[in-house]
Amino acid sequence: MTHLDLSPRPGAAPIGVMLRHQTQMELRLLSRNGEQMLLTLIIPLVLIVLGARSDRIVDLGPGRPVDIITPGILALAVLSTSFTSLAIATGFERRYGVIKRLGASPLPRWAFMAGKIAAIAIVEVAQLAILISVGLALGWSPDARVVSWLQALALVVLGTAAFGALGLLIAGTMRAEATLAVANLVYVLLLVGGGLIVPLDRYPETAQHVLAMLPSGALGQGLRDTFAGLGPQPFSIVVLIVWAASCGLGVSRMFKWE
Amino acid sequence: MSLTTASYDEQVSQHAVEVVDLRMRYGTTTAVDGLSLSVEAGTVTAILGPNGAGKTTTIETCEGFRVPQSGSVRVLGLDPILDAKKLRPRVGVMLQSGGAWSGSRAHEMLRHMASLHAHPLDVDLLIERLGMHNYGRTPYRRLSGGQQQRLSLAMAIVGRPDVLFLDEPTAGLDPQARRATWDLISELRGHGVTTVLTTHFMDEAEALSDHVHIVDAGRLIASGTVAELAVAGADDTIRFTATPGLDVTALMAALPLDTKVTEPASGSYVVTGTIDPGLVAAITGWLAQHEVLAGTMHIKRQTLEDRFLDLTGRTLR
Repeated sequence: MTHLDLSPRPGAAPIGVMLRHQTQMELRLLSRNGEQMLLTLIIPLVLIVLGARSDRIVDLGPGRPVDIITPGILALAVLSTSFTSLAIATGFERRYGVIKRLGASPLPRWAFMAGKIAAIAIVEVAQLAILISVGLALGWSPDARVVSWLQALALVVLGTAAFGALGLLIAGTMRAEATLAVANLVYVLLLVGGGLIVPLDRYPETAQHVLAMLPSGALGQGLRDTFAGLGPQPFSIVVLIVWAASCGLGVSRMFKWE
Repeated sequence: MSLTTASYDEQVSQHAVEVVDLRMRYGTTTAVDGLSLSVEAGTVTAILGPNGAGKTTTIETCEGFRVPQSGSVRVLGLDPILDAKKLRPRVGVMLQSGGAWSGSRAHEMLRHMASLHAHPLDVDLLIERLGMHNYGRTPYRRLSGGQQQRLSLAMAIVGRPDVLFLDEPTAGLDPQARRATWDLISELRGHGVTTVLTTHFMDEAEALSDHVHIVDAGRLIASGTVAELAVAGADDTIRFTATPGLDVTALMAALPLDTKVTEPASGSYVVTGTIDPGLVAAITGWLAQHEVLAGTMHIKRQTLEDRFLDLTGRTLR
């Protein structure tokens, strides 16, 4: 039986080790949460199956339903992980003093954020892999060129940045309960009427202009255009960059760590 | 500015923590009002004060959570904000509440904190030492208040820091757990760890600390060892009852010079002065000579609590 040596021997773990542990911790906490699983996987799975099988629920417009709905479901998955999950988790981290406590540990703040980003990226890769496989199994035939997949990847990264920054802005400035409510409300609103799943040209003309300027409309339409082989419109990319940059600036100025 | 910096650097050498003329205001409320205090390395120092005295604001400024609005704070000679990267691994922090993910399990959270340090304590031994083995897989939000406190203490010490800041470390603990926490803090001192703790429990400050700073309304109002603070207050008293109308002047003449005897109520006597066994013997001797039988006799030495209440007032705020 060894003895508990209480003598001081301070020191920070190597940054790589801290990042790995922080990311693993974030992933464990995410996977433990049932609502999170519902949001990140079950809802998109149900919608992709329903949407691909029936064009009677929502008129998606000309073309095969599965080809129209699958890119939108991928955009929905990005929204759920990078916005809703992130905002709620971060809101409660503030509430429980986790961010404060870790702020007094050797873990730098940028590494705390990096751990979150890494966890989000890993969850998204898993989500998208599952949803793409299901889409393909249901008959989805995306444009198969490498350039289209690279464009889709770029859109997902930009969409994650835009939604993530918006989520952090809400979580960093509002109370945890308000963040919970807003994050879920925004998720539902954008899912139903944000240009995420239903193509923009199915909306009334005035609504189209507004929706094209939302990150949901830009990401959803960008992915639909990309997988149809048309490539994303520059406007979609600009919209996502503007949202990411302005919300990111807001986070750096207004985020309260406790 | 340069003048204060020079004198300041000289002091830093012996002091683990140095707060100089700290002022902090929230809106119209002044939380800390020109507070200066220092903490000697390797000691346990208590910051004692009523609720709202500015204890937490002071300690959180030392932890780097708040920027001093005026004045300065140094920990191990470093600026808690500018030198955060150097300082953070050397400092252990226990917040007044929270500090763990609500969904994290107790042992998982402790291991995570350990993993951020280069040479952490052996987590299994620490768990055993703090009696935390029964709730290792319980999520933080389901832990009792006392269990959360113990986890928080474990998280503060697991990185083997030079300096510990503990904000009300025993709030909500049962008596056994309190004792265990006190023992651990004393043992850490034995290994050279400097501890700064806030408390509003007099007995805690009395039992644990080498040095006590009494803070009220954002100001330091008294400072010293427990013994110094207790003695510095009003004199100690002996109260006894006996037959009414004794000759107090004659009794006083038989006692040491600084002693006073009064009879505030008929048959009830109060002796004030330096209380020691000799004085008690002198009083009972004089009573015996005059064939007076004392009824009850109470010896009351000043405690830190008396001193604290004398200084901060007896009314609730």
